Amino acid sequence: MSEMLEVSDLRVTFGGRGGLVAVDGVSLRVAPEETLAVVGESGSGKTTVARCVVGLQRPDSGTVTFEGRRLGPAGRRPPESQRAIQMVFQDPRSSLNPRMPVSDLIGEAWRTHPVTAPRGDRTEALHRLLADVGLDADVAGRRAGDLSGGQCQRVSIARALAVRPRLLVCDEAVSALDVSVQAQILRLLVDLRRSHRLALLFITHDLGVVHQIADRVAVMRRGAVVEEGPAGEVLGAPRHEYTQALLDAALDIGVEA
Amino acid sequence: MMGGRVTAQHPDKSGTADPPHDGPLLRVEGLVVDLPRPDGAAGDTVRVVDGVSFDVPAGTTVGLIGESGSGKTMTALSVIGLLPDHATTGGELVWRGKNLLRPDTDWRRVRGHQISMIFQDPLAALNPSITIGRQVGEILRRAGRPRAEVRHAVIDLLDRAGVPDPERRMNSYPHEFSGGLRQRAMIALALAGSPSLLLADEPTTALDVTVQARILRLLRSIQREQGLAMLLVTHDLRVVAHVADEVVVMYAGRVAERGPAGAVLRRPAHPYTRALAASVPAVRTKTALADPLPGSPATPANRPSGCAFHPRCPLARDRCKAEVPQAREVAPGRWSACHFAEEVFTP
Repeated sequence: MSEMLEVSDLRVTFGGRGGLVAVDGVSLRVAPEETLAVVGESGSGKTTVARCVVGLQRPDSGTVTFEGRRLGPAGRRPPESQRAIQMVFQDPRSSLNPRMPVSDLIGEAWRTHPVTAPRGDRTEALHRLLADVGLDADVAGRRAGDLSGGQCQRVSIARALAVRPRLLVCDEAVSALDVSVQAQILRLLVDLRRSHRLALLFITHDLGVVHQIADRVAVMRRGAVVEEGPAGEVLGAPRHEYTQALLDAALDIGVEA
Repeated sequence: MMGGRVTAQHPDKSGTADPPHDGPLLRVEGLVVDLPRPDGAAGDTVRVVDGVSFDVPAGTTVGLIGESGSGKTMTALSVIGLLPDHATTGGELVWRGKNLLRPDTDWRRVRGHQISMIFQDPLAALNPSITIGRQVGEILRRAGRPRAEVRHAVIDLLDRAGVPDPERRMNSYPHEFSGGLRQRAMIALALAGSPSLLLADEPTTALDVTVQARILRLLRSIQREQGLAMLLVTHDLRVVAHVADEVVVMYAGRVAERGPAGAVLRRPAHPYTRALAASVPAVRTKTALADPLPGSPATPANRPSGCAFHPRCPLARDRCKAEVPQAREVAPGRWSACHFAEEVFTP
């Protein structure tokens, strides 16, 4: 099977030699248009793995290979690989400049990767992009700080889509949102994945969303992947006791008080 | 003051005997909270809690569910007299037969002794420069415990809150504790005053799932063993389904629906509850992705006319835009503030 992303034996230590081993030999694969969920509790290393994939964190050892090309840290990646992997963060309010109009936020993405900038009518392209993420055209003129949390997250997704990525790395992308808005953003990501033929690396602490969005799931604990497989199999019949413990701890709404 | 170990059954140390009263431990009746509009002119206010009514019977857990702007936290803060400055209130908070909203309420006798509160972020609630043991001990001393007994009582409280090796850990500072341990320390602190009602505002939201499950089990066992009542404020329906006996669903400062927790979550009587419940994915089985509600939660500052939920509601029609629905009993114990509850709910 041809992989799009291949993370191989990744190791990250914080605080130098003898410091905290955050990621301890992690290997993961994501095929084109596939969604891999990485599930874990705090300190499991899941976010650090994501940061290595987008190049925000340099691993001590191990490799990140994308479409056959081995990638270094963000600044040293070929623009084409840099653009093809985009990230959506947990808190859109801290990842978007609150004083910048949405049109400028998107324009900035196009300036960074000029090959993706629209050739013809920019306004029309902008409105089309906003429509793709379920936002009205009038949002273009508003500042990020004046938008609701859900609208902000849609803008950050639009900013990522603006440069036509092939892999979207979502780090707890719905965790900070209201429950009713979480469902909207999940639905949006599932739809975009199809319409834009995206692969997704979906980092989450919430086992509940795995079924809804992921083809495969990797369960991380203390820097290592303890179990990996098709989402239905791993959650339906976990083989590792930690996965079982996570499932036991997860609450379902049907549980009697 | 009597000797012996501190337990929740320890008599009320406020010195006032319970006045005889009928009805629930706490009755919230038409509660109204107005706050000054952040950038408004003087006297310009926002009604963040708008006519909220529910009961907390002794020894039960009531879940207060809502998204941002629902007024759930403001409702809890008014019960313990911790509303922001300049807040004005209306309605009644009948605590053991007496209205807490009257100006002559002596909050020092109520807060921490009859009603305690735990918060989402224990680090913000614990004093960083005093050991856990001293913080718990101080409450016991203030409650009149003889000095000689305090140490023993602190160890007992920490032990009951599930702090391992309490004799040693009582000498730790909050920053030396993990998130789960801090929450346990705060629970010990809240229990030190032997309250009959515990307010818990998102007590497990910041915790990992495995820790969350343990803290919820702890709260439930303490609540049952000691006959404590609990008002659990959360956005998480799964937590409520797990812990609460009764549930109150709030939207934009008003009650949308209330009733027994299991029944409300499984067979909602309000389209908002139905949508919320549908948006919580099942962990163990694959469920279809629900059709999400459009838009964002309404806020009290921009509350839509009529039923505040109408712009997002699939059932909305003209009456919903014009007329604020009053809560009505659609089945025994089931209250819904929807004009068309019968279209959602089949008894």
